[in-house]
Amino acid sequence: MARRYDSRTTIFSPEGRLYQVEYAMEAISHAGTVLAVLSKEGIAIAAEKKVTGKLLDLSLAPGGEGMGGEGAEAWMGGGGEKIFLLNNNILAGLAGITSDANSLVNFARNRAQQYLFSYNEDIPVELLVQRLCDMKQGYTQFGGLRPFGVSLIYIGWDALYGFQLYQSDPSGNYSGWKATCIGANHSSATSLLKQDYKDDLSLEDAKSLCLKTMSKTMDSIKLSSEKLEFATMTLHPETGQPLAKIYRPSELDELLRTLELGGTKEEQIGVGEGTGGGGGGEGNVAMST
Amino acid sequence: MECAFAITGKDFVLIASDMSAGRSIIQMKSNENKITPVGPNLAMACGGEPGDTSRFADYVDRNLRLYHIRNNFPLPPPSAASWVRRILAESIRSRSPYAVNVLLGGFDTTTSKPHLYWLDYLGTKADIPYAAQGVGMYVTLSTMDKWWYENIERREALDVLNKCVDEVKKRVTIKFDFNCVLIDKDGVHSLDLKSQDPIAELEAKVAAMKPSDPEPIIPSSDAPAIAAA
Repeated sequence: MARRYDSRTTIFSPEGRLYQVEYAMEAISHAGTVLAVLSKEGIAIAAEKKVTGKLLDLSLAPGGEGMGGEGAEAWMGGGGEKIFLLNNNILAGLAGITSDANSLVNFARNRAQQYLFSYNEDIPVELLVQRLCDMKQGYTQFGGLRPFGVSLIYIGWDALYGFQLYQSDPSGNYSGWKATCIGANHSSATSLLKQDYKDDLSLEDAKSLCLKTMSKTMDSIKLSSEKLEFATMTLHPETGQPLAKIYRPSELDELLRTLELGGTKEEQIGVGEGTGGGGGGEGNVAMST
Repeated sequence: MECAFAITGKDFVLIASDMSAGRSIIQMKSNENKITPVGPNLAMACGGEPGDTSRFADYVDRNLRLYHIRNNFPLPPPSAASWVRRILAESIRSRSPYAVNVLLGGFDTTTSKPHLYWLDYLGTKADIPYAAQGVGMYVTLSTMDKWWYENIERREALDVLNKCVDEVKKRVTIKFDFNCVLIDKDGVHSLDLKSQDPIAELEAKVAAMKPSDPEPIIPSSDAPAIAAA
């Protein structure tokens, strides 16, 4: 009897819906927020890390102290739990089931290398997005398997269309955006972005808009590298080649301090506020140094 | 027995190839086109085993067109050359290798740069400003060494090409007829080497067609550029 359902996880319901796909999207709307903003000079992406608990040992896990870097170092340091380098010219932020996400990242990296092998050139951004979405779509159609519980935001650059920002969901749909958000509170974040986005943003504006919107969307008032991952895709000033930068925890905290959005350890914020330092950003700069 | 050569210039590539077809000492045809457009701004001169050449040109053309249809943009020349090289390298290690040597010329519309690649049946690829394939190699490379310079203009490049043709006629025992294409940002155009000023003719043709009907996005293998002379 159970077979009837097991092998038919992705058939239409009488109302014409695919429940498994909708459930997968529901699962994602509880995941940590990922948010990206496109500008002519580059793209910024931020991702919220869900802090699991004090006892979890993250010292050797991805996202630890050695994380991040620029260009080739971004490969060495690697991303954290949420932001991954898929190819030299493409970064992705993931929201959803981590194990599914890991498998998709592996698939994407493989496809990017296959393209490089065939054509001796970095894969165009949309092409990689399409490859992943073809795979995701497959799991909404063939029985016995569940869809990937992952949404992705892709940021990248290619010679054909320059900087691009895409988003894809478990159904295999993808779309291009100027600014977008997936995960928890994505609808409120999207409406905030809609208000504040301008077409002539500089990269600094994009970074700031990205993090400011993130701070309004996340539960905690002060942001810090403990709860956040951050990366940018720009062009190398000399070579003109795409340059991925995954921020190291210290770099992110510094950026957060200059934007007056936090960047200090939580205990320190408590001390700072307690001693009458106020909520001001400058007070925090003094505290953290 | 074939002969092809190509020259890159400021914003274009010229490819010329002989048009003879035959076996051993017998020539059966003197107007066989050996230059195939394989993309909106990409063309390939194929020499080697006669059956293999046309089959290979067809294979490359159709695969590159499939890429164009799937992805809504054509594969840029550097990537196309890498791909063609890969096909040849895989082919030489198979039971039935393609015995073809290729000159692949194209204009990269994303970077606005001309590209020329010399490839042989072993899977060798060289990215060079001017090149020759077949018997022409022995007599025309020195001509191009002498007369070619960087960012050469169209008429000057065509002069160099004609010098190469003359050199082949002077030094090579076999009599060849040549046809020629020019590849630039507007596409692949055939040039009549016998006419007085082929570049002027080309300019007039491009000017006449530009406003109303742009080049077709996907080239059809039989329609544009090259009509068998």
